[in-house]
Amino acid sequence: MDVNNPFALYKWQALFDARDIFIGGLITTLEVTIGALVLSILLGIIFGIAGVFPNKIIRVINRIYVEFFQNTPLVIQVIFIYNALPHLHIMLPVLLIGILGVGLYTGAYMAEVVRGGIMAVPKGQLEAAVSQGFSYWQAMWYIVLPQAKKVMLPAMANQTINLVKNTSVLAMIAGGDLMYQADSWSGSNMYYGPAYFVSGCCYWIICFALSKYINKLEKKAGV
Amino acid sequence: MIKLQGINKYFGDNHVLKDINLHVKQGEKVVVIGPSGSGKSTMIRCINQLERPDSGDVIVDGINLMKSKAQLKQIRQEAAMVFQQFNLYPHKTVLENLTIAPILVQGKSKEEACQTGLEFLERVGLKDKADAYPAQLSGGQQQRVAIARALNMHPKIMLFDEPTSALDPEMIKEVLDVMVDLAHSGITMVCVTHEMGFAREVADHVIFMADGQILETATPEAFFDNPQNERAQQFLSKIL
Ligand SMILES: Nc1ncnc2c1ncn2[C@@H]1O[C@H](COP(=O)(O)OP(=O)(O)O)[C@@H](O)[C@H]1O
Ligand SMILES: [Mg+2]
Repeated sequence: MDVNNPFALYKWQALFDARDIFIGGLITTLEVTIGALVLSILLGIIFGIAGVFPNKIIRVINRIYVEFFQNTPLVIQVIFIYNALPHLHIMLPVLLIGILGVGLYTGAYMAEVVRGGIMAVPKGQLEAAVSQGFSYWQAMWYIVLPQAKKVMLPAMANQTINLVKNTSVLAMIAGGDLMYQADSWSGSNMYYGPAYFVSGCCYWIICFALSKYINKLEKKAGV
Repeated sequence: MIKLQGINKYFGDNHVLKDINLHVKQGEKVVVIGPSGSGKSTMIRCINQLERPDSGDVIVDGINLMKSKAQLKQIRQEAAMVFQQFNLYPHKTVLENLTIAPILVQGKSKEEACQTGLEFLERVGLKDKADAYPAQLSGGQQQRVAIARALNMHPKIMLFDEPTSALDPEMIKEVLDVMVDLAHSGITMVCVTHEMGFAREVADHVIFMADGQILETATPEAFFDNPQNERAQQFLSKIL
């Protein structure tokens, strides 16, 4: 009877004994999260500005990037990077592949957030700044982006939370993240119940803490 | 000081400026008048290259902006613009609005920029609002701040694009008073406005535009009392 109960006590006991594996997975997940977040925000700002750039070719580059990464599954992108890079004789640790894959993917969404935020700022703001002798980039940085921030923050928060959950794609390429450890540990002993429950709770705690923190940021920014 | 020579500008198929020639000497005040959509904004925005003409020459303070892009930044500091919608930076205080460009573009020290900024705020009667945010000010006050912001660049030329058109009637005078005061300081001014009282008081020339062309150039007296061009006559009969 006990064997059929997915949440039998001895399975929790086993999980507790194997906690180092899960903690290691959690750390990997956090590392990928932070790396991918930084990368996606950088890409978001660069490609978001590209999306409103006066030069048409640069705007087209923005569209290609965004439409490509938004409209293909993240799993395929990551597996593709994982398999393609060795052919180009580029050997990256799987952690970096995760950061690259999730970062590129989320960057496309961030770019749309940044583009939308910039477009929400009246055109007169850029014109006023440029008419005072600001360069385009100065005007963006000092005048337009600070105002766009209000619109961007809540949407960026949502993307960040999606990013945390999306790091679980690393399980597909033996990435050593939380999801992967839960998969492989429970796959060998069939103790799925506690493994996925605890992993799920970890994702929930990270995302919940993030969304609270971002709420606080928003209040500070006066959204 | 300002020379527009043979300016043409298209927006798509729309021929917005048709062979515009304009010459403004140092210290002159020019008022541009004409029906909506006639190209007044586009013309004045060519002077500081917010719009780039498709052909012709824009020469400001001896520099041909169509040829030497490198000096555009310098000319934009010399020719400050005041907009219909004020375009103050809403995330900056009034004083910061005045100092950000002098500090970041002109490399002035914060102390110097603030000191002259406060002087200009005093001149437009808003020194006590230095720490307020634009949203806390009335339209007339915002426009006066915008003028002070322009002045804090120490420009040689002031460009105004319908500075009172977005204002409630009771606020127009406070802005015009500042502009008249400024006009008497000897600065070069190009001003798109339909305020005839202002034009009569300060303008050396009135320029009438319609359909992307300059149809009449005259002194304010001659233009308002005895316009020569038929379109100008029609237009004046409507706004009087
Ligand atoms: N950015 C733009 N894109 C396309 N058409 C424009 C743009 N700006 C102005 N126009 C057109 O150019 C013409 C002249 O506009 P404008 O210079 O603003 O006239 P005015 O200031 O005299 O009202 C109008 O027909 C207007 O629709
Ligand atoms: Mg106009």
